[in-house]
Amino acid sequence: MEKFTTLSGVAAPLPMVNVDTDMIIPKQFLKTIKRTGLKEGLFYEMRWTADGQKKDFILDQPAYQNAKILVAGPNFGCGSSREHAPWALLDFGIRCIISEDFADIFYNNCFKNGILPIKVSKEIIAKLMDDASRGSNAIIEIDLEKQEIKGPDGGTVHFEIDAFRKKCLIEGLDDIGLTLEKKSSIDDFENRQKDSQPWLHTAT
Amino acid sequence: MAFRKKAATPPPEPPQPRTLFEKIWDAHVVDRQDDGTCVIYVDRHLVHEVTSPQAFEGLRMAGRKVHRPDATIAVADHNTPTTTGAMDDESRIQVETLESNVAEFGVPYFDMNDPRRGIVHVIGPEQGLTLPGMTIVCGDSHTSTHGAFGALAFGIGTSEVEHVLATQTLIQKPAKNMRVAVEGSLPIGVTAKDVILAIIGRLGTAGGTGYVVEYAGRAIREMTMEGRMTVCNMSIEAGARAGLIAPDETTFKYLYGRPYAPKGGAWDLALGQWRRLPSDKTAVFDSQLDLLASDIPPMVTWGTSPQDALPITDVIPDPANAPDENRREAWARSLAYMGLTPGTRLVDVPIDRVFIGSCTNGRIEDLRAAAEIARGRKVASTVSAMVVPGSGLVKAEAEREGLDKIFIEAGFEWRLQGCSMCLAMNADRLEDGQRCASTSNRNFEGRQGRGGRTHLVSPAMAVAAAIRGTLADVRDFQ
Ligand code: SF4
Repeated sequence: MEKFTTLSGVAAPLPMVNVDTDMIIPKQFLKTIKRTGLKEGLFYEMRWTADGQKKDFILDQPAYQNAKILVAGPNFGCGSSREHAPWALLDFGIRCIISEDFADIFYNNCFKNGILPIKVSKEIIAKLMDDASRGSNAIIEIDLEKQEIKGPDGGTVHFEIDAFRKKCLIEGLDDIGLTLEKKSSIDDFENRQKDSQPWLHTAT
Repeated sequence: MAFRKKAATPPPEPPQPRTLFEKIWDAHVVDRQDDGTCVIYVDRHLVHEVTSPQAFEGLRMAGRKVHRPDATIAVADHNTPTTTGAMDDESRIQVETLESNVAEFGVPYFDMNDPRRGIVHVIGPEQGLTLPGMTIVCGDSHTSTHGAFGALAFGIGTSEVEHVLATQTLIQKPAKNMRVAVEGSLPIGVTAKDVILAIIGRLGTAGGTGYVVEYAGRAIREMTMEGRMTVCNMSIEAGARAGLIAPDETTFKYLYGRPYAPKGGAWDLALGQWRRLPSDKTAVFDSQLDLLASDIPPMVTWGTSPQDALPITDVIPDPANAPDENRREAWARSLAYMGLTPGTRLVDVPIDRVFIGSCTNGRIEDLRAAAEIARGRKVASTVSAMVVPGSGLVKAEAEREGLDKIFIEAGFEWRLQGCSMCLAMNADRLEDGQRCASTSNRNFEGRQGRGGRTHLVSPAMAVAAAIRGTLADVRDFQ
């Protein structure tokens, strides 16, 4: 996984509430067996008309074509667990999403892909939404180590993040590798469970 | 005097009262860091074709194995056709990829011709692969379904699927506890689906975020396992991490004798442990919602979020009356997408399609409830309606009971099992602008097909709508 330390880039405003993962990437793009190339499907129905004409979706506007940050409405990423949603965002170039709150599974999925989801208050979102709507001149900087967002006018806000998740992002750690270091604890657990709940260890 | 005082042994600490969730969680902690992050053991992993290919690929690239194939079961359901016709190339490749992955990694698999094949959340319980007290995961958000058995079950992304395949564990922090109690008995015509729609309407689509919701109260206890699964299934639509219902005699009766349920002495041992799972009487919940069953009428959604649920007797709401600015905008957007006008009576909304099926309502009891309304009636000429059983065994049982004939005579199509038009990944989908009464779980924009308009209802309500050609109140048919 790519490390996340600092990020500086254009932020696109997407104030809609309850943006679900079906919206982020519709089902027809889930037939892939790869993780890559999914930007074609990103926000597909908001970007393209049924007969293949481009709509004027925010990420297609010249100012936001290279956006790295999304400032989003509350409950972003609700619905389906499809990790294709963060894959598609990443493939487009989005490395950070800022919202009042996220749906649990999507929030989790972001960290597994080197995307930083930041939760901030409604007031801060309002300010950032404002900044983001100023287009490509408004560069926002994220410093994960310091847990700071710096707006285009130089003001900074602090954000909270779970220490373990932060460490994993900054160091680009492989979760599976980390867990496998605990192999002996897993073995012990399994041995205890075999004794106390043998029915959980009969073959499927 | 030979009277000796007993050595003062302090009375044992009374055990901390715990919720059902806490009991299952505590029993599965493999490792706990100082900040509360835990490695949690996974007892059962359900795998399907859409969210697993990249996970197996990851294992292959890292030279890793599946840690416990015996705790894993794979099946193709999301993409599979519901007619005997061929699959499109991409879907076929995805199913073939699953087949080669399960062969390579030694994972048990119900193949395409296996009569047990079906929607992953229908077959787990049906086979007794879902048991009380377990932790169960699947790369699918409706894994919450299995919570009906008192199992901690939740959806995960593909990276986590890979993590579970490789380690049989997940890295997580515990969720908060919410209790939703539905007291009293359900009125006639009101089903588990109406209950959960009413709950989501109250909680809102993000109201459960960060929580595991335990459903309790008389109405829940009186439900069959099928009904309880319908309730737990939609927990995720309120944003909850999982739904749970305490296991009881109904649960045990359902499980007894299922192919993968424990047998003989193991059954007795298991039963003893399962009976200790329910939340302690004095356990503390972080949040509580109380509803009265008698206040819940048959429900229908009007918008593009499952929280947009109303009694069927109601009218399309006016964004001007929305509780806040966010909702006002969301309602206006929903109404534009749904092609509806405020003030219209829900029962006056004409429909084009009806879908009965999915992991929410594709089990035998759902089909019985639907058939009861369909018997001797006809689908309106303006409506095309289909029934898609949740599994091959549900289909076989329905056919044994003659339900297929009732549906076919009424003008429904009787299809092969699978997810079908719940997410419209296969050929079953709405056309642009078509309106559907659906027993599935999501009414998101485009969920059932681009431009398609979904109204979520119970199976009986879906049949009522099919017959009348508009959204309809099932109580008028009883
Ligand atoms: S029936 Fe629908 S919700 Fe259930 S597993 Fe299939 S696609 Fe997901």
